[in-house]
Amino acid sequence: MNGIHDMGGMQDMGSVVREENEPVFHAPWEGRVLAMSLATAAWRKWSLDAFRHQMELIPPSEYLRMSYYEKWFTAVTERLVESGLVTRAEVETSKPAPGTSKAVPPLTAAQVPSMLRTGALARRDLAVSPRFHAGQPVRTRNINPTGHTRLPRYARDKQGTVERDHGVYVFPDSAADSLGENPQHVYSVRFAARELWGDQASPRDAVYLDLWDEYLDAA
Amino acid sequence: MSHDHQAVPSDLSLRVKALESLLTEKGLVDPAALDALIDKYQHKVGPRNGARVVAKAWTDPAYKQRLLADGTAAMAELGYGGAQGEHMVVVENTPQTHNLIVCTLCSCYPWSVLGLPPVWYKSAPYRARAVIDPRGVLREFGLELPDETEVRVWDSTAELRYLVLPERPSGTENLDQEALAALVSRDSMIGVSKVV
Repeated sequence: MNGIHDMGGMQDMGSVVREENEPVFHAPWEGRVLAMSLATAAWRKWSLDAFRHQMELIPPSEYLRMSYYEKWFTAVTERLVESGLVTRAEVETSKPAPGTSKAVPPLTAAQVPSMLRTGALARRDLAVSPRFHAGQPVRTRNINPTGHTRLPRYARDKQGTVERDHGVYVFPDSAADSLGENPQHVYSVRFAARELWGDQASPRDAVYLDLWDEYLDAA
Repeated sequence: MSHDHQAVPSDLSLRVKALESLLTEKGLVDPAALDALIDKYQHKVGPRNGARVVAKAWTDPAYKQRLLADGTAAMAELGYGGAQGEHMVVVENTPQTHNLIVCTLCSCYPWSVLGLPPVWYKSAPYRARAVIDPRGVLREFGLELPDETEVRVWDSTAELRYLVLPERPSGTENLDQEALAALVSRDSMIGVSKVV
């Protein structure tokens, strides 16, 4: 989706504001949002890609206004409702619907260390043939999907060079939309800064993106 | 079903509390698990992990080679990996090359070695500008790079997570790994500063 989240190359956003001695969380609720998002993901009702897509669906003006954890809170609430784990009415009243039986949480405190140690592997140990190889010139496709994609606008229809084959990974464009994992190779692709931004960029600089087979054609 | 909107607290922290109480009452989350998750990111995972990786690479050439060839495996040797560090790539700064990490589409960041990202990394200005004007962004961080230096920006578009291996400063030949690690800042491992 050509949404507000796809920010690479936008101008007039202002300068980067840093905070000295920034705390991990600025308020306790931020930590609770992070933790609820991770803990409810353990129900395996949605993928990380679907969670990211949910955040992208926040209306642009809201997206720009909201803090990072407010976006997470919005996305996790929507995912919980969409997945049927809670109803909208329950969210609005913060009370379980009458007669609801209590579930058993899939993630206990004792399981947290091993859950974080394992993480969520997006790599798949599958014998999928790569369409490209290191050193090969490629051109990104000019696609404008209305769903989730990880090919930013600034890097569409641009020529680059495959630097490295990272192996086979879940394809987010499919996985975010419950269309299956569609595993395929991901490559590190190098683009000259001038290919992306024209003559105003330094002739020496480059931008590297990790791109899936389906984003690329041989150049 | 009640549609009494008065029951909806407008303040964000109250809304978060309300959601947590709903999820707890329904048995969808265990509050103790939430505490454990927060404790982990507030107290146990952070840039000190990454600094140890860097210091070891500076003092152990064979480790550095393994780190650049397979970041995931080399970090696992030190016990670092898992959530948002499942697939790691380490990029090395040299006198000729400077690396900078960003995620333009969201805020992907190597949690396992740097902890949770600072607000500026997640901000619109950084996400927007790092790819089109990396030298301007670096200047705002106080880092002016010569024209001859090649700037490489890594946009974390997939599930690979990046860590910059900064240059070891001169005059640190006699320091041990622990003392070296103390010099390595979070920002230097994102690539917005150097280690001095």
